[in-house]
This record gives sequence, C-alpha cells and structure tokens, in this order.
Amino acid sequence: MVLVLAIGDLHVPHRAPDLPAKFKSMLVPGKIQHIICTGNLCIKEVHDYLKSLCPSLHITRGEYDEDSRYPETKTLTIGQFKLGLCHGHQVVPWGDLDSLAMLQRQLDVDILVSGHTHQFKAYKHEAGVVINPGSATGAYSSITYDVNPSFVLMDIDGLRVVVYVYELIDGEVKVDKIDFKKTSTATI
Amino acid sequence: MSKTKSGLSNPIQVHNYTSPVTVVYRNKPATQNHIDPQKTKIGHTMISDGGEDEEKWLTAGIAGLQQNAFYMHRALDSNNIKDALKYSAQMLSELRTSRLSPHKYYELYMRAFDELRKLEIFFKEESNRSCSIIELYELVQHAGNILPRLYLLCTVGSVYIRSKEAPAKDILKDLVEMCRGIQHPLRGLFLRSYLSQVSRDKLPDIGSEYEGDENTVMDAVEFVLQNFTEMNKLWVRMQHQGPVREKEKREKERNELRDLVGKNLHVLGQIEGIDLELYRDVVLPRVLEQVVNCKDDLAQYYLMDCIIQVFPDEYHLQTLETLLGACPQLQPSVDIKTVLSGLMERLSNYAASSTEVLPEFVQVEAFAKLNNAIGQVIEAQADMPVFGAVALYSSLLTFTLHVHPDRLDYVDQILGACVSKIAGKGKLEAKATKQIVALLSAPLEKYNDIDTALKLSNYPLVMEYLDDRTNKVMSNVIIQSIMKNKTHISTADKVGALFELIKGLIKDLDADNDDEMDEDDFKEEQNSVARLIQMLYNNDPEEMLKIICTVRKHILTGGPKRLPFTVPPLIYNALKLVRRVQSQDDNVSEEETASATPKKIFQILNQTIETLSMVPVPDLALRLYLECAEAANDCDLEPVAYEFFTQAYILYEEEISDSKAQVTALYLIIGTLQRMHTFGVENRDTLTHKATGYSAKLLKKPDQCRAVYACSHLFWVEDQDGVKDGERVLLCLKRALRIANAAQQMANVTKGSSGSVMLFIEILNKYLYFFEKGNAQITVASIQGLIELVTTEMQSDTSTSDPAADAFFASTIRYIQSQKDKGGATGEKFEAIKV
Repeated sequence: MVLVLAIGDLHVPHRAPDLPAKFKSMLVPGKIQHIICTGNLCIKEVHDYLKSLCPSLHITRGEYDEDSRYPETKTLTIGQFKLGLCHGHQVVPWGDLDSLAMLQRQLDVDILVSGHTHQFKAYKHEAGVVINPGSATGAYSSITYDVNPSFVLMDIDGLRVVVYVYELIDGEVKVDKIDFKKTSTATI
Repeated sequence: MSKTKSGLSNPIQVHNYTSPVTVVYRNKPATQNHIDPQKTKIGHTMISDGGEDEEKWLTAGIAGLQQNAFYMHRALDSNNIKDALKYSAQMLSELRTSRLSPHKYYELYMRAFDELRKLEIFFKEESNRSCSIIELYELVQHAGNILPRLYLLCTVGSVYIRSKEAPAKDILKDLVEMCRGIQHPLRGLFLRSYLSQVSRDKLPDIGSEYEGDENTVMDAVEFVLQNFTEMNKLWVRMQHQGPVREKEKREKERNELRDLVGKNLHVLGQIEGIDLELYRDVVLPRVLEQVVNCKDDLAQYYLMDCIIQVFPDEYHLQTLETLLGACPQLQPSVDIKTVLSGLMERLSNYAASSTEVLPEFVQVEAFAKLNNAIGQVIEAQADMPVFGAVALYSSLLTFTLHVHPDRLDYVDQILGACVSKIAGKGKLEAKATKQIVALLSAPLEKYNDIDTALKLSNYPLVMEYLDDRTNKVMSNVIIQSIMKNKTHISTADKVGALFELIKGLIKDLDADNDDEMDEDDFKEEQNSVARLIQMLYNNDPEEMLKIICTVRKHILTGGPKRLPFTVPPLIYNALKLVRRVQSQDDNVSEEETASATPKKIFQILNQTIETLSMVPVPDLALRLYLECAEAANDCDLEPVAYEFFTQAYILYEEEISDSKAQVTALYLIIGTLQRMHTFGVENRDTLTHKATGYSAKLLKKPDQCRAVYACSHLFWVEDQDGVKDGERVLLCLKRALRIANAAQQMANVTKGSSGSVMLFIEILNKYLYFFEKGNAQITVASIQGLIELVTTEMQSDTSTSDPAADAFFASTIRYIQSQKDKGGATGEKFEAIKV
C-alpha cells in the first residue's frame, strides 16, 4: 500500500496566500510515500513545505514557477504502475482529453497526472487513467470558474489504485473516491 | 559585660572536665578553638578577605561549634542545665567571629541553628522538670558574652511564649529590644533572623492560640515591623563600612543577605489578621517610611520589589497612590522602572485572573495613577535612556490591554506619550527599537485585528520614528498578524493606512540605502507583501476597485525591484473582480456612474502590466497580458482582448529571445488563442497567422515541428460555433511533416544516423486525433502512409534506436486497435487502417 499525493497549481503568492488551513492540518509528514506535483507552486517556500511532508518529491514545471530547473515532463514507476507527470500548459488544447491521451501514449504510462486547468478530473480514458488534482489553493484560473481547492491521494496496491479526491467546498472537506484496476501487468 | 558566674566564661574550665570518651581533635588543640574574647572586639567591623583563610576559619569555627555541642548534649543527657548552658554559650561564641564573609557565616549559623533547635526541644520538656521557664529565662542571661546570651534568650523565649506563662507580646517586645545589643551588621542580621524564625509560629495572629485580650494582631505587627526596621538599619549600615575601594564587594555581600531582611515582609504578608485597613493605615506607611528614609538604593530597590511581590494585588490596588507616591522620593539611582514594571505586571495578571476584579481598577482610577507616576518618574530621571522609558510605557500598555481593553483612548494616550519621548532622539539604539517593536506588537496580539490598531491615531506616528530596518521588522509583524488571523481588510481607507504603516516594505525609504539585504530575505519579504495583497477584499465591487487602485498607487512607488512581486497578485485580484462584475453586467441595465465595469478594470490592468516594462520582466508581462486577454474574451470585449494579444505579441517579438522561454511563451499564446471565441474572422486570422509564423521560426527544428502541429488546433475548435477548418488543419500537419523531414535530413548529414522517429509518431497521433474528430481532409491513406513511414524508419539500419519512440509507436498501434475493437461508428472508421 503506497500513498501518493498528487497536488499542484497552488500559485502562492500570486493568486493565493497559502494552502487552506484544513488541508494543512490533514497533510502531515510521514504518512505519504511520494508526492507528485503538477507545477505552479510558485515559490521556494511551497517547495520546502512539500519537501517537509515527504522527501520523495517530483515536480514538473509550470509556466509561473520560480525555479526553472523543474523538467517539462517526468515519469516514475510506483509498484505495478507507471505514472507520468506534466503541468499541462504544453498540451494544446488545454484540458482536452484526447490530446492528454496522446501525451499518455507518448510517455507510455498507465496514469497521467496533469494540471493547469485547476479543475479536478479523474477518469479512465482509452488506454489509461488521466488525473487532474485541481488547484490545492483554489487559485484563480482563466479556464475554470469557481475553483474549489482540491488535491488527490492515490493508494496504489498491487494492480489496483484507489483515487481519493479531497475538495474544500464551502469550508468543509468533502472526499470522493474512484477505483481503477489494471487487468495485466502490461497496460490498463 | 562579661559576667563571671562560675564555669560559664572561663575557657580553661572545659579541660578540667573528665570525659570518659577521648575526643580526637583533627585540626588544632582545644584552646585555640575558642576565640579569645580579648582579641575579638565586639563590633569590630573588619570584613574578612582571603578566601583560603576563610575556609580555614570556617572549618575551625565549625569544629569548635561541634565540639561544644557534643559537650552540651552530654550535659543535657545528664540533666545538667548549668553545664549545658555553659557549653551552649561557648558553642555560640563561634558566631562572634568577624572573620567570615556572609556566605560562610551562614554555614556556621546553620549549624548553630540546628543545635539550638535541639536545645529548644529539650527545654520544652525541661520546663516540666526542674526549674521553671521563668527561672531559665533568667539563667541564660548570665552568659558571659552578649551574642550567645541573646541567642539563648531567644531560644528560651520561644519556649516561654509557648508555655503561655506570660503574654506573648511582652516576651516578643523584650526580645526584639534586647537584640539591640548587637549593632554589628552581620551578626545582628543573623541574630534577628533567628529571632524571626523562632517567633514565626508564635505571633498573636487572628486564630492563633497566642491571641487573647492582651495579645492582638497589632502586637504581632509591631513586633515584626520593629524587627524589620532594625534589620534594615543594620543592613544599610554595612554599605558604609570599610574602605571605598571595597564598595563592590560590600554590595555583593549585602545582596547575599537581602533575603534576611525581606523575610520580615514575608512574615507580614502571611499574618492573616492584617486586613486591608491595617495594611493601609499601619503596615504600608511604616514600611515605606523605612524604605524612603534609609536612602540606600540597594535596599530601596529590593524592598519595593518585595512589597509588591509579597502583599496581595487587591491591597496594592487600594493603596496605589501611597505606593506610587513613594517612588519619586526614592534615590535617583534606583531602577524604579523595573519596580514599576513589576507592579504593573502583577496587576495585569490580577486583572487577567478574573473579570470580577475589573471594576475595582476603574474605581481606584488605576490607569490615571500609574500613568501619572510613570510621567513623574520619567521627568525626574532626565537621563533615563530611551529604552527604559519605552519599557515603562510598554508595561503600562500591557496593563491597559488587560484591564481596559475597550479603552482605545488609553492605548492611544500611551502611544502618544511614547512619541513625545522618542521624538527628536535621532537614531535609536537596538535596545530601544526592540522595546518599541514590543510596544507596537502588543495591541496587534491583543486585538487580533489590524483594524483596531489602525484606529489608534498615534500608532503610525510611533512607526514614523522607526529607522528603516525596524520599520521592516514591525511591518513584518503586522503582516504576520494579518495572515495568522486571516483578517480581510475591507476598505480602501484602511488599505491606504495599512500600506502607509508598512511602507518600509513597499518602497525604499532611505534614498541612499545600500543593498544590505540578502536576496532571499528580500524575496521572502516581498512575497509576504504579495500574500497580504490577497487578503484585501470587499464584496462591493466599487469598494474593491478603490482598494485595487489604492494598492496600485502604493506598489508603484516600490521601484523595479519590487514590481515583479507585487504586480501579479494585484492583477489577479483585479481579474477576480472582473469575473464578479461581468456576471452582474447581464443584470445591470442602469447607466449610473458605476465605475467598476470590466472595461474600466481592463484599462487599469493594461496600465499596470505596462509598468513591468521598466523592470523589465517580459515573460511575466506576457503571461499576464494573455490572462487578461482570456478574461476580456469571457466578457466579449473583442477590441480589449485584441489589444492584450497585441501587447503579448510585441513582447514576444521584441523582448523574449531565449529559445526555451520562446517555446513556453508560444505554447501559452497558442493555448490562449485556441480558446478565444470573441474574435471576428479578420482578427483571428491575423493573430493565428502570426502564431504559426512564430512557430516556424523557432530555433530548433523539433521545437518548430511541435509548435506548428500545435497550431493545427487553432483551426479546429470543438465548440458549437467554433471554427472547424479541416483544410488548414491539414496544412499545418503537413508543414509539421516537412519540418520533421528536414530535421531527419539534418541529422543524417550532421550525425550520420537518421535521428529519432519520435516527431513522426507525434504527427501520426495528431492525424489520428483529427481523423477521430471527423476532419474529412485526413484520409486513411495519409495515416497509412505515416504508419509505413515510421515502420520503415524504425527498421532501417541507419536509425538510432529510441526505446521511447518504440514504446510510443507501440501504444499508438494499440490505440488504433482499441478503436477498431470499439465497434460501431468508430470501429468502422478505424477498420480501414491496417496495423
């Protein structure tokens, strides 16, 4: 059982002052094995904060990130799953599922995590799973109206991954979950 | 003085005593253990020096003491009172020494004390046996030397009181006056301390067994007061003895003894019979009289503090005037501010302990009295350093915040007094600025609301006097407070006032301030300002716009260094506002002078982003222009959106020259443009044409290829009225293909191998994308052709193996297969493709 936190588009301090307090109290160090971050943190303080939650931190570059050394895309294997990470502003049209599916094929991953639209999405599509953890701070987006703060926690266990999405709606944290199973060790 | 009663004072007598036990002396023979009364003058004031010698004397003294104690106990065992007294007197003679420092004397004293305790216990029972207590009381007075005599007298006196054969008050009075016989400071202090200790539980307090018609609390009070007064006199006298050069040493020794004097006040504090009246009318005036009259700064400081700590806070409140009245009468060198601070702190805690006591404070006008007292002290001590005065006001402020939190006028008054104190002092030292920061932070912590602090008219005035660095420190404190409490500052006026306060962060205050600031620190500082800007909010769009304009005005004074940090958050605040009013626009039909319209806001946005050009940060500005363009698109303001795009394009062409930066910027342009629905055909064509042009002109061929096929999406928008120009999509893809070919050829020429087929696979995927979407121009043949091209290339000898490309191609084929397997319309479409 491996816990992976997928989070991104915090846009601190340009669009949001900080992570919501309720999220901060939920995210404690030592519980999560990996953090994959879609990008647009934007400042070092946020990087350090995430690093303090979990040393295995993977970040891809968002267009506002202060640190330009983050890669454009990243792939990693966790358990039986291959995960791909990309901020998403490079994939045109933005938020288009088929274009994201193309990126997924290109990176040859089971799960693609991308952001940029600040809108939570998680579903099976063609040959894989596409997840968008949304914006953890509920930051303004030109693409999405009424952004609720959200992040995703994936529980990878063998051939199965359970995706938990945490959303802050009207001051309350609501949780939803989605199940995915890999049929074989090859692809989903 | 030396009474020659048999056996008591002749030292030689001891050795005629035949003892069955041989006592072994470790150090010196017996004779030398006794201090020769001729040699030691009572009242000799030499304070010992020489640590080593002192050790020796102490050891000798202890040995002598122990030896006599041993004999004393033996005598007691055989009920030989006379001998017991004789030996006890000899034992106590060790305390007649002048050779020990207070610290060492104390050690000797403690041993004597232990022995006397045992003696007392014995006498308690003795009085049941041979002689009466009155006789004993008489008997002990025959001791040769006065010091042992008085110790024994106190010991027996204690038993006497306990026997109740005479009124406690008489005995106590007798004892406290007899002790006058010792005028040597050190010995006198310990003797009276002993008296205090043994009499402690025998004072005729209310509810005590010693209380009666004859004995009252007043007697107890009198006794303790007298003992205290005498002890203080002795203690003060120590200051003036000995040569001037040893003054420091004397003061140190005096400090070691101070608790002996203070103990009396503790005793007073614990006498239950002392009610407020007695305290106010008798105890406090008498104690203060002694404190003031002794004119000794060490004593005054310690005793004032003692009074404050020992007696209950309610009493202090009710006697505030008297207590404070003593302060100006003290020696100028007394650190009265610490005393006053201590008092105010106690009263603050008292106020905090329960809300019921608060009315008392109002009733006694505590604030006014304290304020006056502080004013007088500051006036009296003209050379008090600034930090001292500020510390005093700080204590008063803490007090006020606890006791009268609703009286902002009091708080303001205190700040005002501070301003006048620090005005004109020029640059303040570190201690002072630290105090001022503490002073200013207190209201923030108490009220948890910057609004309240902003109401204090003197608050900004105090901040005026801070130097740059301190202003920054304080500004950070203010911002932290706002962030912690999540306060939303809601009016333009408050925002303006706030930004005035924190101007140290907003702009360079000092014209020739050199860049001492660490870069990381500077970033952190500006980022906290950025976060602050997020906290400014008002539901009313008009007010929100005013807030935005106010902030804009302030941050523009920040100069090029600060704008990249402060402009973006402001832009986003404005964009959020646009969203709010754009939905209202639909409902609004009135033509009133509502200035919070999207158009107006976009004007401000445009002007604000323009200021970034002076930094310059073209990448950031480009992104912000594009965000605004999208927002204008959502408001259907075509000219405004076009203008923003123009600005973004200009920046791209003129300012962004780094290849990597260009690629990212271009994707942002393409991505944004793809979503624009407000453009008419002409405008759209112009912008699209330019975008594809930029794409083809990127430096690296792969980048070109990718950007060009990204542009294909500009001609195909999935929305209902979106453009779906299949031909131009195909044109883009073909162009991308040509570039990919060229890239291949270049690789052949330069590296000898044909390079990666990755680009072809990507383009193939794009073909498939549009094929699926129903672009008629994408034929099965073209797809088939591409598949074959890729397959051939991959199998060719000259190709470099690329596992990523292999995997991509494999997954693409799988995709085609899965589409076929879907059946239905999709299945049919894909059926023709052979894999």
